[in-house]
Amino acid sequence: MARNGGVAWMRTTEKIDGYDLSTSDTEEVHVLAVDDSLVDRKVIERLLRISSCKVTAVDSGRRALQYLGLDEEIQKKETNGFDPFFYCDFQGLKVDLIITDYCMPGMTGYELLKKVKESSAFREIPVVIMSSENVIARIDRCLEEGAEDFIVKPVKLSDVKRIIDYTTTELREGELREGARAKRRGINKRKQREGDDDLSSSPPSTLSSSTSSSPSSSIQSATAPSSPSTLDSPTRRLKMTSSE
Amino acid sequence: MEVGQMQRRLVDYTKSLFMEGFLDAQFLQLQQLQDESNPDFVVEVVSLFLDDSEKLLNDLTMALDQPNVDFKKVDAHVHQLKGSSSSIGAQRVKNACIAFRSFCEEQNIDATLRCLQQVKQEYYLVKNKLETMLRLEQQIVAAGGSIPMIELGF
Repeated sequence: MARNGGVAWMRTTEKIDGYDLSTSDTEEVHVLAVDDSLVDRKVIERLLRISSCKVTAVDSGRRALQYLGLDEEIQKKETNGFDPFFYCDFQGLKVDLIITDYCMPGMTGYELLKKVKESSAFREIPVVIMSSENVIARIDRCLEEGAEDFIVKPVKLSDVKRIIDYTTTELREGELREGARAKRRGINKRKQREGDDDLSSSPPSTLSSSTSSSPSSSIQSATAPSSPSTLDSPTRRLKMTSSE
Repeated sequence: MEVGQMQRRLVDYTKSLFMEGFLDAQFLQLQQLQDESNPDFVVEVVSLFLDDSEKLLNDLTMALDQPNVDFKKVDAHVHQLKGSSSSIGAQRVKNACIAFRSFCEEQNIDATLRCLQQVKQEYYLVKNKLETMLRLEQQIVAAGGSIPMIELGF
């Protein structure tokens, strides 16, 4: 597990600051970290913060569901159905990514994954599983259930950076698509008002090509030092081979 | 002792901990997560580990002292200890836990009692080493120096 030298660039904050500048036009990724181990929670929290994320760390699957507002026990207590003010006490900020330990007492990370993927409100949130056991069957089960990735513990900074990088990319692409769609709608509406029905597709394509090139290239430069590690993820390897 | 000497002593001491297998690369990871904005990160994580481990070792002692040992419970505690020691890079403790778990599976009471002794021994050793190392760091910082970084590949 020894990695030589490549750690030196992590020490300076310039690279990290440089990375922050390129993402300053989007909000920070908010990660919900779930782990029953106090030591691991401390470490994952720091790993995520140093990767420019907002972190909420909880100690069980149950608390994670409460935070999301998915806890059935709480829902049952509300006799007259959905009460937004009630949920405000438990729900926090919008979660962009869930990272959870697999082996936990009570609800396992796998069970949490299933509950999240079964919920219409939260199934889009990527879920990453962490486990000290590198068992193929376990990894497969999690991927089949919709896990985004699987990290073998102990978690390293390169693991976290890799995951945050593609979560940020996917979020940005989602925003760009949304932005492009909204702009197209805006352009269409204006043209309709002017009585012009020539809806050429060139404006949207220029928008998407000009805005997508710079963020992705800056992501590339930020991940360049750790790019070999993209192959370390068991799931990335599987995904890469299946797409080629 | 002047700062440069203290720093050299710390570097030598820390390197010896890696050479002797007390610590592995994961500990280096933790050191890299410490910076000016989080100057006590390593101390904090190590403290959490030490507190957590003491509790687990007590629980293990009690669990193995029962007339009918619940090996599932014992295994659960060892699994936790293995996890936290792995997360901070306490390699020898982690390895002792791995051996411990295999005997839990066999439900071998004598072997598991020996494993408990082994884990305790490794734990107290690494506790001592970490505390010494952190004390040296404290002295350097108190004298106005900075903590030198260790790079693997020595």
